[in-house]
Amino acid sequence: MLAFTLRRAIQAIGVMIAVGIIAFSMFRFAGDPVNQMVGMDTSGAERAAIRKSLGLDDPVIVQFGRYVGDAARFKFGVSYQFRLPVTNLLMERMPATLELAICATIFAMISGILMGVYSALHRDSWLAHIFQAVSLIGISLPTFLIGILMIYLFSVTLGWLPSFGRGDVVHIGWWTTGLLTLSGLKALIMPSITLGLFQMTLIMRLVRAEMLEVLRTDYIRFARARGLTTRAIHFGHALRNTLVPVITVAGLQFGSVIAFAIITETVFQWPGMGLLFVQAVQNVDIPIMAAYLMMVSLIFVTINLVVDILYTIVDPRLRSTVGRAH
Amino acid sequence: MTEPVLSVRNLQVEFASRRGTLRAVNGVSFDIAKGEVLGVVGESGAGKSVTGLSVIGLIDAPGRIAGGEIHLAGLRIDNLPPEEMRRVRGKRIGMIFQDPLTSLNPLYKVGDQIVETIRTHLNLSERAARRRAIDLLAEVGIPAPEKRIDGYPHEFSGGMRQRVVIALAICAEPELIIADEPTTALDVSVQAQIISLIKRLGRDHGTAVMLVTHDMGVIAETSDRVAVMYAGRVAEIGPVQDVVRNPLHPYAKGLMGAIPTLAGDDKRLVQIPGSMPRLSAIPRGCSFNPRCAFAFDRCRVERPEPMEHGAQSVACHLHDTAPAETAA
Repeated sequence: MLAFTLRRAIQAIGVMIAVGIIAFSMFRFAGDPVNQMVGMDTSGAERAAIRKSLGLDDPVIVQFGRYVGDAARFKFGVSYQFRLPVTNLLMERMPATLELAICATIFAMISGILMGVYSALHRDSWLAHIFQAVSLIGISLPTFLIGILMIYLFSVTLGWLPSFGRGDVVHIGWWTTGLLTLSGLKALIMPSITLGLFQMTLIMRLVRAEMLEVLRTDYIRFARARGLTTRAIHFGHALRNTLVPVITVAGLQFGSVIAFAIITETVFQWPGMGLLFVQAVQNVDIPIMAAYLMMVSLIFVTINLVVDILYTIVDPRLRSTVGRAH
Repeated sequence: MTEPVLSVRNLQVEFASRRGTLRAVNGVSFDIAKGEVLGVVGESGAGKSVTGLSVIGLIDAPGRIAGGEIHLAGLRIDNLPPEEMRRVRGKRIGMIFQDPLTSLNPLYKVGDQIVETIRTHLNLSERAARRRAIDLLAEVGIPAPEKRIDGYPHEFSGGMRQRVVIALAICAEPELIIADEPTTALDVSVQAQIISLIKRLGRDHGTAVMLVTHDMGVIAETSDRVAVMYAGRVAEIGPVQDVVRNPLHPYAKGLMGAIPTLAGDDKRLVQIPGSMPRLSAIPRGCSFNPRCAFAFDRCRVERPEPMEHGAQSVACHLHDTAPAETAA
């Protein structure tokens, strides 16, 4: 178990270094940073001095080493547009994005599993057909369209929910949360649904397919032959076996939820990392873009690691084969 | 004679398919007495497993019991409401499936699966059920049961898993055990152990056993009586010694001829020419007539009904003692 975790952690570090190379190369290919920092009338000598003070005349490999070293300590340089350390900017925005992503995932998991189980158990009921239709919409309609439609309906027409922003937030240390105020919670509803809808349909379809598969297995037939109640068979035996792949997908999807948050945050003007990134792209603020890339990759890699470990907890077979293999 | 534990009368099982309705079981009747082992033998597709599944009420759509009656110790069970039938399953009828590797839920400890089943059927506390589970594992021959009870199915070998499955089947002291090819997926050396275990459990608890298999050797070793099935019908049924030594039905004769012996004579095994008809193309008259060396005109027209012949009962016109009566 420990060896397994360790090996996975080393792989994760390898991935992060690769991402670091990509992030670093953004600086090289997106023009000369000095040109973006200084005015038109700066002399060549002054430019050289700045270049030297920033270490830009060192060999590429040295610069890369320095970049990765700094990144490992969460130092990503100074934003061109805000003149503030990128780390501070990201940290300020991160709680908003994480809260949104977590709420969206919880929404997607709960409704996806419920709808999936229902449509597997009552395959031919009209409600199951409706779920299937809804899931098609969720998969095919783009996020921004759903977001805009919801804003039109619930904010503009009905006036129930705010159309943008996080509402009032409460500071807990460096973390800001919108979960403790009514306006914060209200502001969370539409963005969460918009962001989670795609994952919800994905989970629903997965649960339905897996559940139908599991219900055909011998151990379910044997469970019926043992006279267990339908409830115990469906929710004890079948659902648990269904959840193994669902956990993987939902976990891995959490990374994409954060990545997709860029669109949702733009639609709802949600003050998170995604919005920061979009603004950075508009202003060619490379330090922010590079740092965002690194942060999102770090989250992805961490989730992968956690999912792998969770997997072994849910499925005892993996536990022992892993144990035996080492 | 006391009432049989299981009594099946004229059972018909149909499967709706695109090519029309298929009769998987067509007029099967047999009894199993308390403590008796009935072997049900036949080729794949003869309707053995379907018969077993209909007794325990696990025929799924598109299949259905289309006719006949099944009685368990006097109680008619083929038309019970689902919830009542569920209470019969596992409690009064235990079932053992073919593949022990896939019969157990891989994510639950074997002990939890046994305790769950016990507590579904018997009003026992968690602790009492666990104690009973340990006793059961010991009874089916699992060493160190108090330790193994917390193991997961994948930590058991195939034979050991089949023992767990048997423990699950008998955990509520059922009156009847249906064993559907219980040894087919196992090593030959383990087969004998499982067979003698089932036999011993049946004897110790007075449980009736319906043993479905295509292995005549297993039948000869365990069963008191044997039913030979062919194309959804019972061709011959009777005490095992009689049927093995003196089979009456030509198909049963063929089957007995196909048993390899250990005597070492290098005689070729006797084959039955042809293969069993598909359910969609069962011939008129006796379903065995195209493969039968003794078939005569009547066999191609009229379906033979079971006829008593001493302790045996055989569905074959060759053994019709009163031909004039039925021909009329």
